[in-house]
Amino acid sequence: MSTTFLGFIQQVINGLTLGSIYALIAIGYTMVYGIIGMINFAHGEIYMIGSYVGVLVLTALTLLGLQSVPLMLLLTLVVSILVTSAYGWTVERLAYRPLRGSPRLAPLISAIGMSIFLQNYVMLGQGARDISMQPLIAGGWRFGAEGGFQVYLSYMQVLIAVVTVIFMALLTLYISRSRMGRACRACAEDREMANLLGIDTDRVISLTFVLGAALAAVAGVLVGLYYGKINPFIGFVAGIKAFTAAVLGGIGSIPGAMLGGIVLGLTESFASAYLSTQYKDVVAFGLLVLVLLFRPTGLLGKPDVEKV
Amino acid sequence: MSVLLQVSNLSMRFGGLLAVAGVEFSVAPGEIFAIIGPNGAGKTTVFNCISGFYRPTAGRIVLHGGDKSIDLIKVLGGSLRWRNCVRPKQLAEGIYYWFFGGAFRVARAGLARTFQNLRLFRNMTVVENMLIAQHTRLRTGLLPGLFQTPAYRDAERQALEQAAFWLDKVGLLPYANREAGTLAYGQQRRLEIARCMITRPKLLLLDEPAAGLNPQETRELDRLIMELRAEHGVSVLLIEHDMSLVMSISDRILVMEHGRPVTIGTPPEIRADPRVIKAYLGEA
Amino acid sequence: MTLKRRLPEALSMSLLTALLTLPVLGVHLQVEGLKVALQGDARPVCIAMTAVFLARLFQEPLKQAYSWLNLGRLLPGPQRLATYRTPLLTLLVGAALIWPFFASRGAVDVATLSLIYVMLGLGLNIVVGYAGLLDLGYVAFYAVGAYSYALLAQNFGLGFWECLPVSVAMTATAGCLLGFPVLRLRGDYLAIVTLGFGEIVYLLLNNLDSLTGGPDGVKNIPKPTFFGLEFAREPSTPGGVTFHRFFGLDYRGGDVVIFLFLLALVLVLFILFVIDRLIRMPIGRAWEALREDELACVSLGLNPTVIKLSAFTLGASFGGFAGAFFAARQGFINPESFTFIESAIVLAIVVLGGMGSQIGVILAAVALTVLPEVARQFQEYRMLAFGLVMILMMIWRPQGLLPASRPRLELPQ
Repeated sequence: MSTTFLGFIQQVINGLTLGSIYALIAIGYTMVYGIIGMINFAHGEIYMIGSYVGVLVLTALTLLGLQSVPLMLLLTLVVSILVTSAYGWTVERLAYRPLRGSPRLAPLISAIGMSIFLQNYVMLGQGARDISMQPLIAGGWRFGAEGGFQVYLSYMQVLIAVVTVIFMALLTLYISRSRMGRACRACAEDREMANLLGIDTDRVISLTFVLGAALAAVAGVLVGLYYGKINPFIGFVAGIKAFTAAVLGGIGSIPGAMLGGIVLGLTESFASAYLSTQYKDVVAFGLLVLVLLFRPTGLLGKPDVEKV
Repeated sequence: MSVLLQVSNLSMRFGGLLAVAGVEFSVAPGEIFAIIGPNGAGKTTVFNCISGFYRPTAGRIVLHGGDKSIDLIKVLGGSLRWRNCVRPKQLAEGIYYWFFGGAFRVARAGLARTFQNLRLFRNMTVVENMLIAQHTRLRTGLLPGLFQTPAYRDAERQALEQAAFWLDKVGLLPYANREAGTLAYGQQRRLEIARCMITRPKLLLLDEPAAGLNPQETRELDRLIMELRAEHGVSVLLIEHDMSLVMSISDRILVMEHGRPVTIGTPPEIRADPRVIKAYLGEA
Repeated sequence: MTLKRRLPEALSMSLLTALLTLPVLGVHLQVEGLKVALQGDARPVCIAMTAVFLARLFQEPLKQAYSWLNLGRLLPGPQRLATYRTPLLTLLVGAALIWPFFASRGAVDVATLSLIYVMLGLGLNIVVGYAGLLDLGYVAFYAVGAYSYALLAQNFGLGFWECLPVSVAMTATAGCLLGFPVLRLRGDYLAIVTLGFGEIVYLLLNNLDSLTGGPDGVKNIPKPTFFGLEFAREPSTPGGVTFHRFFGLDYRGGDVVIFLFLLALVLVLFILFVIDRLIRMPIGRAWEALREDELACVSLGLNPTVIKLSAFTLGASFGGFAGAFFAARQGFINPESFTFIESAIVLAIVVLGGMGSQIGVILAAVALTVLPEVARQFQEYRMLAFGLVMILMMIWRPQGLLPASRPRLELPQ
């Protein structure tokens, strides 16, 4: 196997890992947009808070002497999901619900304000510098000839992929099978009608925020484990990129967010390897601009009726 | 008979729903043409297609006038269909309209419309509503306005005079400096029509102009439309449910049902047509 | 009676607050060498819980007290403001012309900085306030203005006055190029695309080392001259004349600070004049109409893209003014002055002052620049406060503190 091919495989692995993270965050954006038609600018910060909770809980569990990795992971996820869901719910109630009938700029500005507020709130609480933690799961498999280029597939990367798939599956099942899930889909289609039919749209909207926040929490915990370092500002760039992923896949479409995340992750990985690491962000933002200009409905979205 | 507006084989599909199909009619200069039909017949869809708010999925809409004919669908721009661009001229036009096309071109071609739910600039004054309508013909250059050149001030003064003329015509001159949202409903409807007329359209599209008007106001509307046609030569295309208005002022009527045309004829012909009676009228 | 019923609700709210604040405010990571420890800090959590509990419990009486106060009533409405506008403005300008000669150097410096933010605020006000377009990447135009002057001065040795029109033209062009493809997008999408562009500009500034100097930026940017007279101890070029020598005065370091302030004032007044004219012109009416009902505008033949583009370009060019002046004042610039935070601050200024209101924007810019300087001990809470201000303004008073209505063209009766 040639080095180029192995290098390519490595980038694919890295890209899929990155893409899974983006996909998890992107779902939050796409669900909220699908149901109330607004971009939740503060969603990136929710993800960041999830990562902080993850790091703190894991550190606490390690200090308590817990050894079992699966148990620690489970507990961390549970606590992180709990806390971020609370944040998601509260943010919606405080900053968006009062502005539901307002002209379109008001909720947008409120969202930006909330994003700035949360970033600085965490900065004040936890410091502006990186906080780090000991890697919990180290090691991985190596493929390739000894002495030559070896593809490294870390256990952490496999974990990320597996956890992402599990949570995506759970979400999809919930949305398609459960009663509340049906209500979510109904509200996304036509909120007024759903309201007239007796569905409590306020509760559905809160649920949407909570679900998105939960998945962002998962992403946050995984990121903390994967990179070992986090700071209050990771939500900003990750948020824009995850939104790019959501738009790329088709805003309002959950499978679209998953697909968009993967595509963005791969693109970024290839760009960073074959172009330049410094410009990988430019590529991601550039992709956002291009998608919005030429195919705003995304890959899986239905092309809007040609309303001029 | 010369033709002002030619609509051929118009279809509009929204996703899986075929809202309108096979609509075909023409409006002559100076003609008053009405489209009637039960609710859901597709009348407003046809209107929106003609005025550029929807891009029809099939068909042609051409506005003639003077020495030019304008394809009202092509000027919408915004979408480059590769199969439509096989010839260089088509490609060039396609690219041009992709950048510079848009629904506003339909209005600039000589078409003006009112809206079923009224779309006035409620927070702006009545006279300012009239001034906005003249925007495309005013001196909008940056430097003349910054330096308040005589030419600029002249243009603004003339615009005000034009606005005053039309407001007087519809009897709204005393309300010129009031916010448009504070007018009574009937007055707002007249303002919308005046706002259309100040753009000197060849074709005036009226979307249910009599909705919400009492019988007296409807008679005044009747008189106003006839006067506009007689004195200013504008053709009128209207959607209406009020049969007395339709029958009294229309030259020809298109009846639609379930998105398809049923028949076209003069008011007496329509009144007597059994298909129309079956579909819709019930009683004259 | 109602107090008792509120009790369970207040309790659950305070528990929620505990859940929210505990991980962020209540637990800290302590790293000593290789040892890691967690330190709990119950105080902020308890304060937050109590505050929420009490607020919820006494919600009714608090609301009544608030509406009785009716703070909104204290602020002048648009009509009152319009009549007081000219005398107020003359007074302010007069005071501003005299004040720097009597104030301390530091104060004048801060005042100059606030004037820069006034310029930025006025520029963004056109885009957000008049045309209703949410531009989150406004800092990009600020950067283009600053870097274009800096690089022109560095590579061609040109002075401030020669470069100013060029900088503004370049920024306007950038605004046009950016705006044309982007302005067709819906509100949310426009916001995020402009945000993306702002980030791209920052990344390019940081990485195109050969052109922009990378993270080090550009140094030795010449200050503006007073009709060719430099404000320096010695002339930088042989044969040049310095200001103090020309007027036979002693050299004082504070002169240049006063000069910069007055220059900023002149620029601000120029911008105000232009905006004032613009909103009375057809384009100003078009902006308002477009903001109110785009479909109606389209039905009247107005091209929304061109109208939005004019607002975008004009707003951008004012950002260019501010950028060029900023570079001249600082003497050196680097990419760190042009991050998203700056866009956010300017947006906060426009939101606080009132979208579409010049006076409001001016006062908000001054307040948001001066207050952090005055209240230094709260420096780290600055951005937190900005975020909170944006949320609260949208909920409480979206039209801004001092909303102004556009002067209307009236039909003489």
